Amino acid sequence: MEFFRISRTIPFLRYSRILNAISIISFVIAVGALFARGLNLSIEFTGGTVMEVAYPQAADLGKIRAAIEGKGWGEFQVQSFGTSRDVLIRLPVRPGYSAGQQAEQVMASLKAQHPGVELRRVEFVGPAIGEELAHDGTLALILVCVGIMVYLAFRFEWKFSVAAIIANLHDVVLVAGLFALFQWEFSVPTLAALLAVLGYSVNESVIIFDRVREHFRTMRKASVTEVIDSAITATISRTMITHGSTLAMTLALLFFGGPALHSFALALTIGIALSIYSSIFVAAAIAMHLGVKREDLVKPVRKEDPAREILP
Amino acid sequence: MNRYPLWKYLIIAVALLFGAVYTAPNFFGEAPAVQVSSQRPTIKVDAALLARVESALKAAGVPYEAVYLDAVGLNVTARVRLADTDTQIRARDTLEAALNPDPQDPTYVVALNLLSRSPRWLASVGALPMYLGLDLRGGVHFLMQVNTAEAVAKRLDALVGDLRSQLREKNVRHAGIGRAGDRIEIRFRDEETRRQADGVIRDAFTDLALREEASGADLLLVATLTPAAAKAVADAALKQNITTLHNRINELGVAEPVIQQQGADRVVVQLPGVQDTARAKDIIGRTATLEARLVDVSAEGQAAVAGTAPVPFGSERFTIGRGAPVVLKKDVIFSGQQLQGAQATFDENQRPAVSIDLNDAAGRHLRKVSRENIKKPMAIVLFEKGRGEVLTVATIQDELGSRFRITGLESTQVANDLALLLRAGALAAPMEIVEERTIGPSLGKENIDRGVRATLAGFIVIAVFMILYYRVFGLISVAALTVNLGLLVGLLSLLQATLTLPGIAAVALTLGMAIDANVLINERVREELRKGASAQQAIAQGYEKAFATILDSNITTLIAGVFLFMLGSGPIRGFAVVHCLGILTSIFSAVFVSRGIVNLVYGSRRRLTTISVGQVWTGGGSAGAKA
Repeated sequence: MEFFRISRTIPFLRYSRILNAISIISFVIAVGALFARGLNLSIEFTGGTVMEVAYPQAADLGKIRAAIEGKGWGEFQVQSFGTSRDVLIRLPVRPGYSAGQQAEQVMASLKAQHPGVELRRVEFVGPAIGEELAHDGTLALILVCVGIMVYLAFRFEWKFSVAAIIANLHDVVLVAGLFALFQWEFSVPTLAALLAVLGYSVNESVIIFDRVREHFRTMRKASVTEVIDSAITATISRTMITHGSTLAMTLALLFFGGPALHSFALALTIGIALSIYSSIFVAAAIAMHLGVKREDLVKPVRKEDPAREILP
Repeated sequence: MNRYPLWKYLIIAVALLFGAVYTAPNFFGEAPAVQVSSQRPTIKVDAALLARVESALKAAGVPYEAVYLDAVGLNVTARVRLADTDTQIRARDTLEAALNPDPQDPTYVVALNLLSRSPRWLASVGALPMYLGLDLRGGVHFLMQVNTAEAVAKRLDALVGDLRSQLREKNVRHAGIGRAGDRIEIRFRDEETRRQADGVIRDAFTDLALREEASGADLLLVATLTPAAAKAVADAALKQNITTLHNRINELGVAEPVIQQQGADRVVVQLPGVQDTARAKDIIGRTATLEARLVDVSAEGQAAVAGTAPVPFGSERFTIGRGAPVVLKKDVIFSGQQLQGAQATFDENQRPAVSIDLNDAAGRHLRKVSRENIKKPMAIVLFEKGRGEVLTVATIQDELGSRFRITGLESTQVANDLALLLRAGALAAPMEIVEERTIGPSLGKENIDRGVRATLAGFIVIAVFMILYYRVFGLISVAALTVNLGLLVGLLSLLQATLTLPGIAAVALTLGMAIDANVLINERVREELRKGASAQQAIAQGYEKAFATILDSNITTLIAGVFLFMLGSGPIRGFAVVHCLGILTSIFSAVFVSRGIVNLVYGSRRRLTTISVGQVWTGGGSAGAKA
């Protein structure tokens, strides 16, 4: 069995302009969504209280809302979580209430309504901790980008490193944009997933660039575009199979991992799907537009052409 | 060319053995157990208690599997492993009755716990099951912010008193001393006195940095704590708070509490299995007080000790602790707030002692009291929940000041314990809960099940696909992936890393990514075959060419993992640890182990014409040929 029976080099870069245009448009939409709607940050970042409660039968969200409304704490959310029996309640930070006091009060009113209710989980995060997390998260993102760029510049050449970072930030921004657009909850594990996608998706670009370098050496007569096309063609089979395997895992997490892993698995699944696209169509194309040349990657080998050394 | 020397096979064998041994404890499950810990700081859990536990269980006819002592840091507990939960409840009730004759005033905490069922020999080589995070086992997590500024302020207040008495002693006349924020201001009328004071303070107080300032008509000498001293005060406050928390949490009867410093001024408290947050918070936030009082040596007082006569007016009878029962006067000589430090030391005769530092005011009062009561006994009592426990009773040998010693202690152990208790009586600085998480036990169980189910599902899909697509090489890849999983779990167990739900997700993700290395290799091998290389050559070339790529691609992922570890906290750290370790084990197993198997299967065959790496399509219009 072999899925990819490719006898000819596929001209991936022929459509690079159209695809790049699509990328730029979607990138702009993603950034727009991030600014216009913002991320639906979890309480880990904003501070506040989250409670997960379980009822023996389907829960009546309206009654729960009414119970909390009476306390006058301002904006809060009540939603079902996974099943109709599990309910997630989000409460804002209230000055004057110490950690967990709000949860205790809510639980007391819910118990009064329905004695069978079970408290499954409470999380309280102080506002200072939230700010710190957001700060550390941003710092991690920047450091990962810089670390990867430095490594790639050292390993390849600056044009590739810039191309790879742009391509992969493009993935990360698109995923974050989708989270903003659909207002999916963005939690700390989601951030971890984004960073993992960044590392993972760069490794995809690295594999293609490795091939590009190798083909620059072996295909001495070919043009830059031909070399890049042939490198992508040579790796396409592996790209699809590897990503297929990783996607199988993230989909398994998405379907079987339960609500606690949902946003994490979602970010990974989208991110990995995008990284296939970006490393094939975006990274190499950017490198080409930046003007990658054979000399950038292949150091001239002297002994192959001794005459040139003697003659000026 | 495709043969490994013996030592390489040995390395693989050792790695496999390591993986198997250290992964094994995770499969034995957990057995119900009962854990006994001391409720009182003055009573220790030791071999004698172990004997009592055993005899109590034997007398009641409760069958048990094992009884042993277990020490985690300062916290020593006796543990009894039992066959099932019914015996567990019986054992708890038996021990509760035998060890705590007075249920109103328990001496020991008897708590239910779970212990690994893995054989003892595994534990003896350090093979323990992974430590499950709170999101997997249920429990309470608190992050507490320690107000170290408050501790520094307290220290400065104490220094104000010390400075005042020091200056008085040296006959330096100042016009007022006071604390203003984080500095102490001393006023003087003339330059000469200020210079004199400067000298005196510099000699006696090395912790203070001095600066001269002017304020209106007065000349000022401003003293601030040196940065090193301020840091030492803050650190000591944090340490003392942690010790106090330890003592308080012991009382909750939590099986394996985690109390750790996080960053410069935060403390993490994790109480697995605790559901009642309100009670936990109540105990953690409680304030304990320490008081020194004189023993009532009057005839009435002494008669009251035995309980035969009423306790005289103005005195109180204490029945718990070292030196109890004892009747003490109600007047307090000094209290815990005035205690600045307590260290275990030795006296002139090299006998164990505890040296105590009081602040100036307390020192002055003690001097007066001790002068009038030489050769009479004094006691120090720890009050918690309104109940007093006598820590020590000592005879006043001489006039005492702000620095004195309690001597005549029987061992250094006793001295250490006493010093710890004196220090730990109260929180050194106020704390505030800034993060709280409660996870119900059923949710924890579900999280494990879901995580494991998802990982297995993904693994099976990948395995089936790899075997169908790459045949024997696919099978070898799956074997390598299994080894990878075993090594990763083994390594996590060895490091006793905390497994969290994101950690399980990271294991799944690592497996999904690890297969990449084998795909790279297998694709390269096919490519070499396509180019017309011989079977043996294709294997060697395929592995060799793929290796550089594998290394490259894993390093970028490792970079992301390392930064995540550095900046993440809590469950995310768990994710990052698994992610990074997984990359290392996957390089090892995908490249080294899988090559080993390939060499074992194909390497020794001289006339190898075909290798099973799935169908290799050689191009052109013709159908695929099996290489």
